[in-house]
Amino acid sequence: MTAHRNGTRWLRLTALLLVLLPIVFLAGCTLQQYPQSSLNPQADYARQIQGILELQTIWVVIIFALVQGLLIVAVVKFRNRPGAPEPKPVHGNTMLEIAWTIAPAIILTMVAIPTVLTIFKTQENPPPNALNVTVVGHQWWWEFRYPSQNIVTASEMVVPVGKPVRMTIKTADVLHSFWFPAMGGKRDAIGNRENHMWFTPDSIGEFPGQCAELCGTSHANMRMKIRVVPPAEYDAWVAAQQAPPMTPEEGSIEAQGLAIYRTSACIACHTIQGISPGAIGPNLTHVGSRETLAGGMFVNTPDEMEAWIKNAPGRKPGAKMLSLDAMKLKPEQVKPIVAYLQSLK
Amino acid sequence: MATTTADVLHAPAASQTGLWSWITTVDHKRIGALYGITAFIFFIIGGLEATMIRIQLMKPENTFVSPDVFNQLFTMHGTTMIFLAVMPLSASFFNFLIPLMIGARDVAFPRLNAFSYWVFLLGGIFINLSFFMGGAPDTGWFGYSNLTSKAFSPGVGVDFWAVGLQILGLASLAAAFNFIVTIINMRAPGMKLMRMPVFVWMTLVTSFLIILAFPVITVALVFLLFDRYTGTNFYVPSGGADPLLWQHLFWLFGHPEVYILILPAMGIISEVLPTFSRKPLFGYAVVVYSGIFIGFMGWGVWSHHMFSVGLGPLADSFFAITTMLIAIPTGVKIFNWLATIWGGQVRLTSAMLFAVGFIGMFTMGGLSGFMHASPPADLQQTDTYFVVAHIHYVLFGGAIMGIFAGIYYWFPKMTGRFLGEGLGKWHFWLMILGMNVTFFPMHFVGLLGMPRRIYTYPPNMGFDWMNMLSTIGVFVIIASILIFIWNLLSSVRNGKVAGADPWGAPTLEWSIPSPPPPHNFGSLPEVHTLDPLWHKDNEKLRQDVNRITGPIHMPPNSYWPVVAALGVTMLMSGMVFGWAVGIPGLLLAFVGIYSWAFEPC
Repeated sequence: MTAHRNGTRWLRLTALLLVLLPIVFLAGCTLQQYPQSSLNPQADYARQIQGILELQTIWVVIIFALVQGLLIVAVVKFRNRPGAPEPKPVHGNTMLEIAWTIAPAIILTMVAIPTVLTIFKTQENPPPNALNVTVVGHQWWWEFRYPSQNIVTASEMVVPVGKPVRMTIKTADVLHSFWFPAMGGKRDAIGNRENHMWFTPDSIGEFPGQCAELCGTSHANMRMKIRVVPPAEYDAWVAAQQAPPMTPEEGSIEAQGLAIYRTSACIACHTIQGISPGAIGPNLTHVGSRETLAGGMFVNTPDEMEAWIKNAPGRKPGAKMLSLDAMKLKPEQVKPIVAYLQSLK
Repeated sequence: MATTTADVLHAPAASQTGLWSWITTVDHKRIGALYGITAFIFFIIGGLEATMIRIQLMKPENTFVSPDVFNQLFTMHGTTMIFLAVMPLSASFFNFLIPLMIGARDVAFPRLNAFSYWVFLLGGIFINLSFFMGGAPDTGWFGYSNLTSKAFSPGVGVDFWAVGLQILGLASLAAAFNFIVTIINMRAPGMKLMRMPVFVWMTLVTSFLIILAFPVITVALVFLLFDRYTGTNFYVPSGGADPLLWQHLFWLFGHPEVYILILPAMGIISEVLPTFSRKPLFGYAVVVYSGIFIGFMGWGVWSHHMFSVGLGPLADSFFAITTMLIAIPTGVKIFNWLATIWGGQVRLTSAMLFAVGFIGMFTMGGLSGFMHASPPADLQQTDTYFVVAHIHYVLFGGAIMGIFAGIYYWFPKMTGRFLGEGLGKWHFWLMILGMNVTFFPMHFVGLLGMPRRIYTYPPNMGFDWMNMLSTIGVFVIIASILIFIWNLLSSVRNGKVAGADPWGAPTLEWSIPSPPPPHNFGSLPEVHTLDPLWHKDNEKLRQDVNRITGPIHMPPNSYWPVVAALGVTMLMSGMVFGWAVGIPGLLLAFVGIYSWAFEPC
């Protein structure tokens, strides 16, 4: 009997801990500590998912405590004692078995209904005023196109707060998966297909994301960020991106860089509007305005950019960008190019 | 309780010894042992691959292995654990136990059984040779198209993988047909289907899943090999293909495969729990029907692996509901196991600890599985460490725990000696501690945004300490495995001697000596009940089965299955190695199969 009572007290304590711990844990998880957390929704889509997750967590904790509790109590309470009578050879109990078939079925129904409702709600057509953004996965960086605004950029997308964003998701090579945890769930980028999702970001900030489908050597280095900004800031960003690339002053180091760029191998892969037509690597028309380089791997400073151009394959395993030798560039030619590219705000 | 019937009127056939007797053996017990030892070695290899993965991820921006090697390691870890460790470990139990449990002298096709083993061994070696011959496969154990196409994976790794899986599939198919025929046709008189032990039932269901699921992956792999070798475009988007074809075919195989991995372990603990609770399995019929239902339902849920591909709301809802439905028979099984323990007299032997551990850990895996059965939640969880946690609670906490329960339970039957109980308990407690330290934090690191299959992560993501914890846990698991190996090696020679029925168990295999004689049963048992050795007539049965009443014909040893297996493997590996290996393989296979067919038995 004492064993039994101890067992139930222990069980109650465990159950309490089990319910409290995840709540304490989740409450303690801030975006500063865990910037890519899926538990800090910042858009309607992510919030709807969070609702399902919370509902499930409650049931999971209850069932977990029940099963583990029963298991421990059974093993402790019925452990072999010398001289105990042979156990009754019970072969089953129809009522009990029906009960524990129906009980899970009821719980599942209670989760299945909101699940199906949420599936349809999150996949319905976006509002007509939605901002269209096409994202294209490349090995190993993300390209963002704003078809109505005629903007092409890479690794960072900028959207105004409170406006629905409709993503069209495509790939240039293998499968990728587009994922901003703060905005909502993943959607794969699949060859010969166009995928869609939409969300309405509801708070200002910068949120990281990254490719979630194995896509080769540098899968880990295929990162991106979304900058949710006030509408006025967004309009300014659009205007800046739509402007033609800055023309450097005659005689400056930037002008020297542009001259080298024009005759280098760079133009085969990169676009700078009006200057080079390449379409393999990221569009560089406003590369100086971006915060990161190389698929979100490095901060976009002149030093990092120089190190990147000098040894791209060494800094990002598998990178398609050629080494300096292969591009037939001399090391002293890199600095002017960097100065020019950095000036493309 | 065990009366010694070992020496009752039993004339042992001369047991052969020596390497040649093992190579040519067709005895299901020896083949079971070969399967077990080989699969355990592959389990160690897969474990070392996992250890290297965890060392790489121990801290941010680590450079222990290169990204390409990392991709090879997780691909081979998954492939090895599924096809070369857990499946053949289960096959080891099928081989050793099925004839003993149904009261037969061997399987229906003993030489085909030997053939299965040798094809498995050679296939396993073949796929691992890739490490030394230009790089192991690196596109994940699921090998999603079109990363596997020649354009994006020009090396031989994917060829090794695709051909290797074809070879291993052959071994699995041959074994599965063998066990289906054995179970259907060779049960002892009176053993109706509903008097078969649950383990036999689960073997039957698993075997049917294998013969239905492996053809699907075979077709998928043939398409892939055509793409890579002859330039077809089954999966190549630039040639107009839809790469999702691969995903549908793969998971149509892949989800039943999940049950191929877990149902045998469920069968094992359904034998262990009643014995050590001294109480029959609660709701035998319901447990059996649940297993069958899970086997059927396993065919209707494959797209829950693909919620993120965008199948549309209707398909998402359908597969969410079928997936949740599977939770019902699974839950029923768990409650039936609990009710088996409840009211019993529980002996916490090592085998029982692992069986109880299975229930606890598998429940965790089931609950996280229930969470990503809901597509909206899954879209945040899929391809993150949350799913890594889930599969390891199911396959490590489930399948591996169940297999260890089976090893501790049947080792005395296989060898005549107990595994050390003290070391067994150390093994269990360290393993359950290690697996929770390793895998529990993965739930959280996944929800906090860490994707799977990334070889590194930046320091400012908050992933650091949980990854460190997971890596530490791996070394606790390694310690537990070392204890097990020590236990195994010392107990084979010096373990406490076990009688015919050391645990007081209910099923037929315990009525004959440990280890059983080559012919198993002197005369075939007559079965009138589900738990024959717990029935009041059990003394008579124990004596009868060991009494030789007539001539016993056992199949002679044969080396033709080995020749045929070598030939078939060489023939198929010629896809990678070229004609010089393929043509001799073809000849060898022909000679082997021809001679085998006309060999007197």
